[in-house]
Amino acid sequence: MIALVDAPIDPAALREAVRRDHHGCVVVFEGVTRNTFEGREVLRLSYEAYAPLAIADLEAIRDEAEARWPGVVVAMVHRLGVVDVGEASVVIAVGAPHRPEGYEASRFCLEALKARVPIWKQEIYADGSAWKANAPGSDGDDRDV
Amino acid sequence: MPTVTVLHFGILRETRGTAHEVVEVAEGTRLVDLHAQLFGKGATLPVAMARNAERVAPETVVADGDEVVFLPPVGGG
Repeated sequence: MIALVDAPIDPAALREAVRRDHHGCVVVFEGVTRNTFEGREVLRLSYEAYAPLAIADLEAIRDEAEARWPGVVVAMVHRLGVVDVGEASVVIAVGAPHRPEGYEASRFCLEALKARVPIWKQEIYADGSAWKANAPGSDGDDRDV
Repeated sequence: MPTVTVLHFGILRETRGTAHEVVEVAEGTRLVDLHAQLFGKGATLPVAMARNAERVAPETVVADGDEVVFLPPVGGG
């Protein structure tokens, strides 16, 4: 399951999409809207995507993960439009034979998504808004575009 | 003259003030030339350029009817 959706994401649907009888775990990751950025109150986020390329990229990331970790099954859904504080903007589910490859594949898919998939994020504050880009590497804070 | 459709996203949509525009280009125009035509010479280059939903080199020559996207830094996740 690879999709871009305008409505809240149901993590249970992704879990069911990836679970197989040879799996010993399902790792479900949810990226959710945080209520502050550098001390400013964030009211909501808004996402947009270049859908044809974003879907192709997500499929390529899934295929890469499933090839790298045998037995793993990946599903990724990203939300577009307005996402309120506390709601999920992205859900990644990974079914895996064992937890090491489950955690590793989950992390790999998220970092690859953040690095290259053509999805853009606008933070909306009480007093304005800003487009935010993902920092290079895995632990940096977002930066202004 | 060839015409191409350019789709804009994120900060570049705000910069151009539109989500898409149809642009006339000279024969032999490359993506990097089209970027300069729209955003000005010396403008910050996008992180990637796409033609017909595939990433291609900035030197790629555009053809009549192409769909072009200049990708600003991404922020998904």
